[in-house]
Amino acid sequence: MNPKEIFDHLKTKFGDAVIEFKDDKPVDSYIIVSPVKIDEVSCYLRDCEDFQFDSLSCLSGVDYADGNLGITYNLFSFAKRHKVNLKVIVPKDSPKVKTVSEVWQTANWHEREAYDMIGIIFEGHKDLRRILLEDDWEGHPLRKDFQVPEFFHGMRVPY
Amino acid sequence: MGLLDKYRNPFEKSNIVITTVDKFINWSRLSSQWQMFFGLACCAIEMMATSASHYDFDRFGVIPRPSPRQCDLIIISGTVTLKMATRIKRLYEQIPDPKYIISMGSCSNCGGPYWEHGYNVLKGVDRIIPVDVYVPGCPPRPEALLDGLLKLQDRIRKQSLAKKTA
Repeated sequence: MNPKEIFDHLKTKFGDAVIEFKDDKPVDSYIIVSPVKIDEVSCYLRDCEDFQFDSLSCLSGVDYADGNLGITYNLFSFAKRHKVNLKVIVPKDSPKVKTVSEVWQTANWHEREAYDMIGIIFEGHKDLRRILLEDDWEGHPLRKDFQVPEFFHGMRVPY
Repeated sequence: MGLLDKYRNPFEKSNIVITTVDKFINWSRLSSQWQMFFGLACCAIEMMATSASHYDFDRFGVIPRPSPRQCDLIIISGTVTLKMATRIKRLYEQIPDPKYIISMGSCSNCGGPYWEHGYNVLKGVDRIIPVDVYVPGCPPRPEALLDGLLKLQDRIRKQSLAKKTA
């Protein structure tokens, strides 16, 4: 199925939770989904006979630098050989989104990375702690407004 | 030496070699620099190539050891992140004296390509532990690392028990 058909199907199934379909060539098309329904939409995409999205290729966090943060989900179906991209946009002051780590195990570490780097809170995640940086690191370094600390554990950080 | 001059080297025809304590200890130290089994980034690949048969680090007595308790030398081979820096310091402290450090590659020398935007990169491993020899390159070729080791051997050769160095 192509992304447009998937979007139409999801729209009739979930209504307002599936917000918009964007197809700006040459950028890959994507479907914007509500942050509170992304887990249900994902579960449906995985389990529905027509879709069978059995693989989450990638999950990435984004800082759009306009007061919003985003999460991008790249899905692929080995059974059906089709793919689709989902996006969730959340405000920076309350970046909360439902976890999909129960739907695809892959998402577990990817969500921890997005939390670590961008600071997105994945609600329902079983083990949401930093994956790359030190546990007591302050801030999320891939946010556009991140300031590099002068010292960390007594070590000078700037050049 | 006066005694030896007097007898015009009585050991000349025997199998005894005369030397000083300093020279003997330095020779034994520099000939068996056991290295910590420790790689950080792409430099570690070059370090492994240096250890492999083509360049053969072993001919200088450099053998990788899996425990800091058995090491004399750390080759900091790659990018030192802040998270790793505390571990490196700890490993360094676990090595018994005398211990030597070769900083291999631009990253561990000064931060390398991460000098400006590397928020989690230590800009030079010499900020946490004393470095004996810096090997430049990104990454350095095995020849460069071998030269670094020879430089370190030169340093050890000049050491003296009477005065503490490094």
